[in-house]
Amino acid sequence: MKILARGLALLFVLGAWSAQAALDIVITEGVDAARPIAVVPFVWQGTGPVPQQISDVVMSDLARSGSFKPVDELALPQRDIGAVSSFSPKAWAGVTAEAAVMGAIKPYGPDQYLVTFDLVDLVKMQQQLAAGTKIPRDFLLDSRETVLSAAQFRQYGHRISDIVYEKLTGIRGAFLTRIAYVVVNHGDKSPYKLMIADYDGYNEQMLLRSPEPLMSPTWSPDGRSLAYVSFENRKAEIFIQDLYTQTRVKVSSFPGINGAPVFSPDGKKLAVTLSKDGQPEIYVIDIATKAIKRVTNHYAIDTEPAWFPDGKSLLFTSERGGKPQLYRVHLDSGKVSRMTFEGEWNLGGSITPDGRSIIMVNRTNGKFNIARMDLESRFMQVLTSTRLDESPSVAPNGTMVIYGTTHQGKQVLAAVSMDGRFKARLPVGQGEVKSPSWSPFL
Amino acid sequence: MDLNKLLKAMLVALPIMAISACSSTSESETDASGSMSGTSGTEYGTGGVETGGVAPVLSPAEQQRLKLQELRREHIIYFDFDRSEVQTEFAEILEAHGTYLVEHPNVRVLIEGHADERGTPEYNIALGERRAKSVAKYLQGMGVQPSQMSIVSYGEEKPLDMSRTDEGFGKNRRAVLVY
Repeated sequence: MKILARGLALLFVLGAWSAQAALDIVITEGVDAARPIAVVPFVWQGTGPVPQQISDVVMSDLARSGSFKPVDELALPQRDIGAVSSFSPKAWAGVTAEAAVMGAIKPYGPDQYLVTFDLVDLVKMQQQLAAGTKIPRDFLLDSRETVLSAAQFRQYGHRISDIVYEKLTGIRGAFLTRIAYVVVNHGDKSPYKLMIADYDGYNEQMLLRSPEPLMSPTWSPDGRSLAYVSFENRKAEIFIQDLYTQTRVKVSSFPGINGAPVFSPDGKKLAVTLSKDGQPEIYVIDIATKAIKRVTNHYAIDTEPAWFPDGKSLLFTSERGGKPQLYRVHLDSGKVSRMTFEGEWNLGGSITPDGRSIIMVNRTNGKFNIARMDLESRFMQVLTSTRLDESPSVAPNGTMVIYGTTHQGKQVLAAVSMDGRFKARLPVGQGEVKSPSWSPFL
Repeated sequence: MDLNKLLKAMLVALPIMAISACSSTSESETDASGSMSGTSGTEYGTGGVETGGVAPVLSPAEQQRLKLQELRREHIIYFDFDRSEVQTEFAEILEAHGTYLVEHPNVRVLIEGHADERGTPEYNIALGERRAKSVAKYLQGMGVQPSQMSIVSYGEEKPLDMSRTDEGFGKNRRAVLVY
C-alpha cells in the first residue's frame, strides 16, 4: 500500500512535469490489437545535433492512432539507414512488422533542410524474398522528398504519418488536425480559456480568455473559424471567431439560451438551441443574413443539434419521451422520428463522417459513457468505461472519438477508437479541461 | 419545526454573515449592517465606566420583518437530480424574497439556474434554465412582476462544489437569487 502510494505520488510529479510540455497522451488500453510497424530513426546528415527528430513524431502518431505499434528501436536489424537503397532485404527477413519507414534529414541552406523518406512493404518483401526477388525498390510503397525549415519539422512528421497511415489502412490519416477545447482554472480572475492545439496537444494557443464561462466550441467545415458560446455579457451568446484574423462576430444573442452551435456541412448555416420562444428549441441561423428558422416545436427540452452529412436533417436531444433521447428531424418536412431506445438516457449525439453511426453520451445504471450506434442495425455499443463522460467529438477520418471525462477528480480529455478497443488519456497541467472539438482535415 | 431549526441556524450564522457581508446585498441589509457598525464603536469616558443595555421589545410586525430579512439572506435553493420543481422546504425562503420584491417593485433580481456535472453541458444549460424559470414562476405566483426578474442558466459551468460526489452534485443543483 505504501509502495503504491509512493508510486502514485511519483507518477503525479512526473505527470505534472511532463504536462507542462504538452498534452502527453497516456495509452490506457488496446496496444495488443495494434499492428507492428518499424520506424527507423531518420538519419541526420548535418553537423551538430539534429533540430528535431521527425521520426519521433511519426512514431508517436502511429502509436496514438491505435492501429499501429512501433517496433522497439533496439530490435531493428538496421538502425542507420536513411533510404531504401541501403535497405538489406535479408537482414529484415525475420522482422515481424508490416512495413518500415526510413528517412534522412540533410542541411540544404540557411535553416533549410532536405527531408526524404521511404516506406517499405515488409510483408511483400518477405514473401518475394522467399521467391528469390531481391531488388528493394520493388517493395517501395511510397517515397518523397521536400525542403523545409526546422519550424516545419513537426508538421511534416504528421504529413508523413498521414501518408503511411493511408497507404497501410486505406483510410485517410488525421494527424494534421487540431483540437479546440476549454480550460477552466476556477481560482483565477479570468478562469475560462478557449484553447486550440495540434491533435496531439502540441502548439497549444489561447484563442480567448474570459471571466465568464465559455462553452461548446465547434469548427467550421473549412477549419478556419470556431463557433462557441460565451457568457462575457452575463448571458449566453454565440460568437464565430476567425482563427487567423481573430475577428469575432456575434451571431446569436436572443433572450434566454443561445447554445449548442454546429455548422452545416456547407458552412453557411448554424444549427443552434434558443429558448427565446419559451422552451429550448432547435433553430437554424443563416450566418450571412442572420435569418433564423425554427426547426422543432415541443414543450419538452430540445437541444444539441447535429447535422447529418447531407445537410438535410438534424439529430438532436429531446426530452419529449420523458427522458433525454436522440431524435432526427427532417428540415424540409419537419418530420421527427426517435432514434435511440436503449439505455436510460442518450444525448449529445453526432453522426460519424461516413454517415453510418451515431456517437453519443449514454446513461446506463446511472453511469455516463460514450457509445456508438450503427444506424442501419441499431446495434449500440458502449465504448468507454471512464467516469462522467461527455462532449464526444469524432476525428474527421472517423477512426477516433475525443471526449471529456473525469480522472482523479479533474476534468480531462480522453480518446477512444471507434471499436472501443484503443483507449488513451490526455493529461494536462493546470485546471479542468473540457468540451473538446476535433477539427476537419486541415 | 423546520422554521425553528432554520431560525436557530440563522442565529448562529448571523454574526458571520454580517461580517462577511453577503454578495446579495439589498437595501435593508445595507441598513442593518450600517447601524450595527454604528453601535460597536463606543468610546469610554476617562472615569473608566462601562455601560450596558438591552434590545427593545419588538412588535409582531417588526419581528416578521426581521424574520423575512433573515430568510432573504438564504438565497440559494436546491433541486433533486434532473428535476426542476421547487421543493416545499424552500418555500419559506422564496416567500421571503417574494414578499420583499412585491413590497419593492423597483428592485430587480437575477435568478441563476445551475446543474450538476452529470449529463452533457448543453443539456445541463437547458435544465438550469428550467430550474431558474421554476423559481421565477413561483415568485410570479406571489405577485412579483416579470419585469423585476431576469434569468440566466450556467448549466454545469459554475459548480459550487468540485468533489464530484453525490453530496457535491447536490450542492451544484441549485438556483441562486442575485440582487
